[in-house]
Amino acid sequence: MTLIHFAILLPVIAAVGIGILYRFYKKVHLGWFVLPIPAVITVYLATLIPAVSNNQVIYETMQFMPRVGMNFDVYIDGLSLLFAILIAGIGTLVVLYSVGYLSKQEKLGNFYVYLLIFMTAMLGVVLNDNVLMLYLFWELTSISSFLLIAYWFTRERSIYGAQKSMLITMFGGFLMLGGFIILSLITDTYSIRGMIEQVPAIQEDPLSMLAIVLILFGAFTKSAQFPFYIWLPDAMEAPTPVSAYLHSATMVKAGLYLVARFTPLFAFSELWVWSILGVGLITLVWAAFNAIKQDDLKAVLAFSTVSQLGLIMSLLGAGALAVQTGAAEGLFTVAVVAAVFHLINHATFKGALFMIIGIVDHETGTRSLKKLGGLMTIMPISFTMTLITSLSMAGIPPFNGFLSKELFLEAMFALREADFSVLADVSVLFPLLAIVGSIFTFVYSVILIRGIFMGKQMPATPKKPQEAPALMLISPMILTLLVVVFGLFPNLLSGSIIDPAAMSILNTSEPLNTEIYHWHGWDSPALWATIAIIAAGALMYLFRDFWKPVYRLGADAFTLNYLYDQGLIYSRLGAERITDGYMTGYIRSYLIYIFGAFVIFSLITLINTDISFDWGVTAPIALPEMLIILIILAAVTAMLITRSRMVSIIMFSTIGFSLSLLFVFFRAVDLALTQLAVEAITTALFLLAFFHLPKRSRHEEHRRFKLNNLMISAAVGVVATVIGLAAYSNRLFDSISQFYIDNVYDLAAGGNMVNVILVDFRGLDTLFETLVFGIAGLGVFVLLKLRVTKEGENKYEEHP
Amino acid sequence: MEILIIVLAGILIGASVYLMLSKSLLRIILGTGILSHGILLMLLTMGGLKRGGIPVLDDSVQQYADPLPQAMLLTVIVITFALTAYMLVVAIRVYRELGTDDVEQLKGVPREDD
Repeated sequence: MTLIHFAILLPVIAAVGIGILYRFYKKVHLGWFVLPIPAVITVYLATLIPAVSNNQVIYETMQFMPRVGMNFDVYIDGLSLLFAILIAGIGTLVVLYSVGYLSKQEKLGNFYVYLLIFMTAMLGVVLNDNVLMLYLFWELTSISSFLLIAYWFTRERSIYGAQKSMLITMFGGFLMLGGFIILSLITDTYSIRGMIEQVPAIQEDPLSMLAIVLILFGAFTKSAQFPFYIWLPDAMEAPTPVSAYLHSATMVKAGLYLVARFTPLFAFSELWVWSILGVGLITLVWAAFNAIKQDDLKAVLAFSTVSQLGLIMSLLGAGALAVQTGAAEGLFTVAVVAAVFHLINHATFKGALFMIIGIVDHETGTRSLKKLGGLMTIMPISFTMTLITSLSMAGIPPFNGFLSKELFLEAMFALREADFSVLADVSVLFPLLAIVGSIFTFVYSVILIRGIFMGKQMPATPKKPQEAPALMLISPMILTLLVVVFGLFPNLLSGSIIDPAAMSILNTSEPLNTEIYHWHGWDSPALWATIAIIAAGALMYLFRDFWKPVYRLGADAFTLNYLYDQGLIYSRLGAERITDGYMTGYIRSYLIYIFGAFVIFSLITLINTDISFDWGVTAPIALPEMLIILIILAAVTAMLITRSRMVSIIMFSTIGFSLSLLFVFFRAVDLALTQLAVEAITTALFLLAFFHLPKRSRHEEHRRFKLNNLMISAAVGVVATVIGLAAYSNRLFDSISQFYIDNVYDLAAGGNMVNVILVDFRGLDTLFETLVFGIAGLGVFVLLKLRVTKEGENKYEEHP
Repeated sequence: MEILIIVLAGILIGASVYLMLSKSLLRIILGTGILSHGILLMLLTMGGLKRGGIPVLDDSVQQYADPLPQAMLLTVIVITFALTAYMLVVAIRVYRELGTDDVEQLKGVPREDD
């Protein structure tokens, strides 16, 4: 275990201490004790930046399950380091913010323990080289996210949201595991590095298509892409620090990380490129379109997050083209740079926005856009921060969102010039979708600013609004400051962080020397696109009352949420119906299943094997034996048709006694004796029971009932006979009985071989047979003697 | 002879299935009894029938009947008997407590909301 392993596991280790601390010490807000943990990790990770930006990679391994190849292999390059710093850094700010946000009356122990588990899980996902270990941490993020969404577990909506996110992300996670396993089967390694070295082998294998689809399921569900985004708006029931951390800055980016990480592996595939690009753009437009109609501030931000994730996803798709065409050409490298840059930007402005909305909620008591307004003079600091971050989200200069959106548009325009074999005609769609999505983004960003802070002040808020305490303002302030700094000096990041990350996505060692400028010249199409977006967005916002009825067109019956809910209901109903269908509660049904399965499987086996009937020497048939057999047959027939219980008992004994006679003919004297005795006692028992059982021995049955039974029993009888005949005529070995016959006197000093086998050679059987007998006797005694009254130990329920 | 006995065992097994599928508890118990009879015959036949003398050491006998199936069957008989006796008592108890021996009516414990 090295220092880096310790850094990853530190939050979980600390969680134990935090949990104990919380039980005994409640004077100081628990968040203060948690705060140093992510801070230390951030500082430690920051010290790795120089090495990584010099193209070094850090690789450390720790044995976990070496037999199955599941080792804790930490691999740090630009991409992982970028994500890890985001996770730890924003984690620090979120913990700081939560100290102000959550009061000491809340269950803080739960909150911070879950949050710390999540932190370890997320660091584990991004810093891992072993796919099995990656999957382990991946599911740990799902579980801790589930716990955090359901933090206020007494609320129904929280439970619903937690369950939904769990079902959807676990669904994707399992499929992703399948993809990993296929990959490891092709390449015979669990290491992502090792897989990337064997790209040609993967390219040739037909199964790699399946692996791509499965892994994309994992990435799309986690990163809330279309149509799996539906869990994210419902996950907003979580406390706001959680929404800010998990559902905007870190966990939802795990899917992006996965796509970026596997881009060198799958970029050869058209399927990979086009599904990422297409799904990303559809998500971008659809979620931005839906964000406008939301009333709840957090819902607006949730849809906005989905939309921005779609943007980054589409950029990664375009970036994969760069790997395909070769990074040297540089046509699509701009897409990769844009993806990485926007990833950072989104984490900063979206984290800040969530925190500010948490403040607004905290200080006014509501998150509904309908109840808010005119807070500009009351909450000036929050207003300034919202203004900056929202404008950055909308892509307005000079903030960082403008830069990455500009790069995004450039990349989408570049797609038009690319030479596509498949989609040459539709390539004009990509910039068009990008522009439409950006217009919607502009509109909801403006709505956020105007809806909360401008216009009339609403008198109806549940609490009297006031500016938040400094403690809550620090974190969003830092993030807003970053928005401004990255906006004004974008090249601060390019050499140290963006380039190494982009190079690891492209899997190249050539330096990129990215430089990001505000000004691209008059001839840049992106510039004109931005101007058009701002103009169109402003017009759309001003005339929103005219076109907003559009949202009422789509009936609720066609939303994805409706489909999801109905799917859940019908899968439960369907399972119930199927179970009710065969679990009838009647013993007869189950017997029919058992006998039916016996007949069917035996028949299949009999048909599939060449059975031959060759019974060599058989014993001759003598007249007395023939007579006994006839008696047995007659008794059986009588038993089947009689109505009287006396007759059936007597016929049963007849069969038993005839059997003991047969045993005499078959040279089995001990058997005959025992059978005689046992049959006598059994008959006596049946007669004893005679008075205690109902007068009739059978119930009225329909003819169809009888016919069914007859068919089943005939089938069982025939199959049993055929199996018996086949077994008898195919003997493979001689019996081992000769040993007993030879040694019965020498070894056991007895003459009666059957008895010697019973008590000497195979005495254990006899011991436990005696035990069975004893237990049965005890059982009979207890059944007859023990009476628990109905009022008593609720052993029996009330019966009608 | 063996073939005849195997067929007889098959008939007994078929008849036992028919009895076990009926509604009355008594007939079900009788059915299990018949089933064990059928199986006894089947097992005994697998060792061959009427080959040699009774398996008791005797200098004048050259070949003995196979003692192993007989020993096993002895165990089977005893266990079957224990089981039959127990089931019979269960049936009596069920009839006393519930007032019916129709298995179609013995369907779970009534729920509280029924």
